[in-house]
Amino acid sequence: MTPTPSKGVGASLRRKEDARFLHGRGRYVGDIRPAGTLEVAFLRSPVAHARLLGVQKPDGGLVFTAADLPGIAPIRANSALPGFRASDQPALAQGKLRHVGELIAACVAPSRAEAEDLAAACLLDYEALPVIADMLAARAPGAALIHEHWPDNAFLETRRDEDLSDLDACAAAKVHRRLRTARQHMAPLEGRGVLAEWDPRLEQLIVTTAAQMPHVTKTGLAECLGLDEGQVRVVAPDVGGGFGYKGILLAEELVCAALAMRLGRPVRWIEDRLEQLTANANCREHYYDVTAWADEQGKLLGVEVDATVDAGAYSLYPFSACLEAAQIGSIFPGPYTLPRFRFRTVSACTNKPPILPYRGVARTGVCYAMETTLDALARQLKLPPEAVRQANLVPPDAMPYRNLVGKVFDSGDYPEALRRAVAAVDVAAVRARQAAGEAVGFGLSVFCEQGAHGTSVYHGWGIPFVPGFEQAQARFTPDGVLELRVGLHSHGQGLETTLAQVAHEILGVDPARVRLVHGDTALTPYSTGTWGSRAMVMAGGAVAEACRQLGERALAIGAALLQTDRASVRLVAGQVVAGDAAVSLDQVARTWFRSPQNLPTDVDRGGLEVTAGYRPDPDTGTHSYAAHAVVAKVCTETGMVTLEQYVIVEDGGVLVNPMIVDGQVLGGVAQGIGTALYEEMPFDTEGQPLAGTLADYLLPGATEVPDIRIDHMETPSPWTRFGQKGLGESGAIGPPAAIVNAINDALAPLGAEVLDLPATPARVLAALTKAGRA
Amino acid sequence: MKPAPFDYARPADWPAALALLAAGARPVAGGQSLGPMLNLRLALPERVADLRHLPDYAGVSMQGETVRIGAGTTHAAIEDGVVPGRLGEILAGVARRIAYRPVRNRGTIGGSFAHADPAADWVAVLPALPGHAIALGPQGERRIPLAEFVLGVFETALRSDELLRALELPALPAATRFGHWKFCRKPGEFSKATACVLALPGAVPTAVLAALDAAPLVIADASALLADPTAEAARITATLALDDPWRAALARTALRHAAEAVR
Repeated sequence: MTPTPSKGVGASLRRKEDARFLHGRGRYVGDIRPAGTLEVAFLRSPVAHARLLGVQKPDGGLVFTAADLPGIAPIRANSALPGFRASDQPALAQGKLRHVGELIAACVAPSRAEAEDLAAACLLDYEALPVIADMLAARAPGAALIHEHWPDNAFLETRRDEDLSDLDACAAAKVHRRLRTARQHMAPLEGRGVLAEWDPRLEQLIVTTAAQMPHVTKTGLAECLGLDEGQVRVVAPDVGGGFGYKGILLAEELVCAALAMRLGRPVRWIEDRLEQLTANANCREHYYDVTAWADEQGKLLGVEVDATVDAGAYSLYPFSACLEAAQIGSIFPGPYTLPRFRFRTVSACTNKPPILPYRGVARTGVCYAMETTLDALARQLKLPPEAVRQANLVPPDAMPYRNLVGKVFDSGDYPEALRRAVAAVDVAAVRARQAAGEAVGFGLSVFCEQGAHGTSVYHGWGIPFVPGFEQAQARFTPDGVLELRVGLHSHGQGLETTLAQVAHEILGVDPARVRLVHGDTALTPYSTGTWGSRAMVMAGGAVAEACRQLGERALAIGAALLQTDRASVRLVAGQVVAGDAAVSLDQVARTWFRSPQNLPTDVDRGGLEVTAGYRPDPDTGTHSYAAHAVVAKVCTETGMVTLEQYVIVEDGGVLVNPMIVDGQVLGGVAQGIGTALYEEMPFDTEGQPLAGTLADYLLPGATEVPDIRIDHMETPSPWTRFGQKGLGESGAIGPPAAIVNAINDALAPLGAEVLDLPATPARVLAALTKAGRA
Repeated sequence: MKPAPFDYARPADWPAALALLAAGARPVAGGQSLGPMLNLRLALPERVADLRHLPDYAGVSMQGETVRIGAGTTHAAIEDGVVPGRLGEILAGVARRIAYRPVRNRGTIGGSFAHADPAADWVAVLPALPGHAIALGPQGERRIPLAEFVLGVFETALRSDELLRALELPALPAATRFGHWKFCRKPGEFSKATACVLALPGAVPTAVLAALDAAPLVIADASALLADPTAEAARITATLALDDPWRAALARTALRHAAEAVR
């Protein structure tokens, strides 16, 4: 007999939400326009650093500067890390302009085009100031100060001091590299957008916004606008990709909210690609100065890192300006047993837009720095790249493993993932082609991804939010449909499907009869939202617990209907069963809501509605991990790189829906290929962004992403409800390192090496020219 | 990214189109270049004259041994074989690699040629072909050799009171050989170097090197390039004294590949 295909944890169930997405029936902020809506276009700073002296408005238009909208507190995202300097980001510029694209005035009109006409008719008076366009120049002596009350242009510096001066004498190999990752731009298909309305009946501000952390957005809005949190409702409808960008409180959201309250009309701003590219969605941009020492087997003896992150002009809410740099120290050792480590990190303040956390956050840069350094060691020691890694990976019998900076790894077999990745590629064939003179290379990266890290990790940061217990509500409607309410948001993750699978696993309710209510602060329990690869661990755990408790209540009612006791019944496939007798959960629900006369007298008066909280124990986070293996061919004439093979061995613990996981990994890898080969937001020395359209800022498309083979390991996390691990960012972490390692493996016989991302044809050719080979 | 206000006119015949042009209107065909420029407010015309509804603006006709291609013929139509014979094969091969199909569905050969973006595909190919651009002005039609049409970056031999009405090319013999190569990192990216080589039976081969941020380089006699692609590509590229070594390498590579691709 063929077993009925499961719809619970582990099933590759088709996505419930795809029916509307694939038919173009998703409903996004841009689709919502109440009658009487006014549209906003922003007058933005044309210069990177200046004193703002005045704005001359056109006659007759609705144009609002900071002076016209008093009472909006600046966005201030502090951190409790010692020495952190907070910045005040005014919703509309006051006195100073600190990056191109900063908001100066809101221009309001019945249509966006007319609003843009108003913006074009404004005249600006400003006095230019010296521009800090580069993070290394930011701290040069005598550099102009971006925040004038600071002693220098740094949000934060962190260090770990350890004397490594003896390693030169005892190491078999030492490498030193200076590496740069480009400033990038997150490009969700849907940009940001906000519709703000004031409801005079409820005395409530309703903000419909493309957000991935709606409750945090609500808290930020209330704080900056001086409202009670009860006076703010944030609705995130369908959201077309987030990647971190949509977790950030935007000045545009504050201004639209203030305008809606001032004007008594719905006010809307829909971001266009120019704004997204040049002013808002910047990310990445790291600089690493790395020195590593190893013995003759490639075992690391120590690593020294001096890292700078170009954090831009302001500290973003809620993650702060030090999110990336301050993490570098703690995540640099990666999946390796690093014995000695010294680091300094700087969050540099520059006249560029703030960098926002992008899928993988600091890990993509860290993985790039660590993994290219390991390959440099391998080349110096004439060892295969996998040998150097195997000499350093945390062994499975050491799990759970606590490394020298206190990160705790939950479970897994890192060496096995690497073995499988290497075995999946015919490395001997690559070596044979190299021997024949072909510029082809093999590259690896191994990394882990901390996900769902909670209170114990975040309270020390002291940023505006600390994740605590994640809550979910589970309740039956009178006809037996199961409603799940969660405070985080699905913006591509497929939570409408996967959380229904979790509920099915516990209650047996068919996923088709499960509705997920999310994306509305008025309808859902508070949550810090969807970020940090936490949704499946946190909301999955909370939904499971809420469903378990709901099941207990249903069992009690079902037992009464079956005229037996609680101990004699159990839940089977959505029914309360006692021996041969059964009563459906639909009947249980109908009884509670519509036939309460049939309820037992001692029924739980909480009814068929449960809110439950969940947090893994410990809550230091799950560690998924992966090995990426790449074969790349380099055209030595043009510098063009072609990805011939791409293999991923991924361990995300127990996979709730392997098909969705594959989608997450593939999408992440596409973004990682962008980081590796295409994406770059250049700025000139005056801080002007030079890529204003997607013809200048290249994103990889279907033709740039090769066939990708994914092999899953499923080592359960011992700390989570089903053994699942967070893995949503993983795909975007490994590609730059693996791809550039493959490129450098191809270039090594020519004496050339690429150090900076992206490895564009121009950079590859420059490396060859420098080596005298082009 | 919304355009500044402008008037939209849709002339029904050529005299009306010329009158609009004389009155300062900006002509638009497929709008694949002007559209984004309007949205970015890089172009601020007071009036746009939409040429797409002019009689015979799109479409291909044979006049004896001459193929007349309406300036409003889309890249997609050319890709799909609207131009007959060997010439049609050659043009279809070029059209197929222009941006993406949605762009090709609207973009036109005449609009692109008259816009004269140095990286545009037709700018890099048509000057190698025998034939003429047919300009229409107040005094009637004027024939401009294809090799002399593009004069610089966004600059053509069209006078300010003329519209590009059609292209006229001789039907090419089946034995015509052609090679084409362009460099872009992904479909849709502006080319960073394009070259083509055309060898008509019994005639001196010609070549074009384009996407140089300048007018295309028309090589009237490409015999040496065909004979020794590597050396001649290097020699020709060196004469251009390009500042950027990567772009110089691409130009050299484009010429060599185009010559080697001739068949």
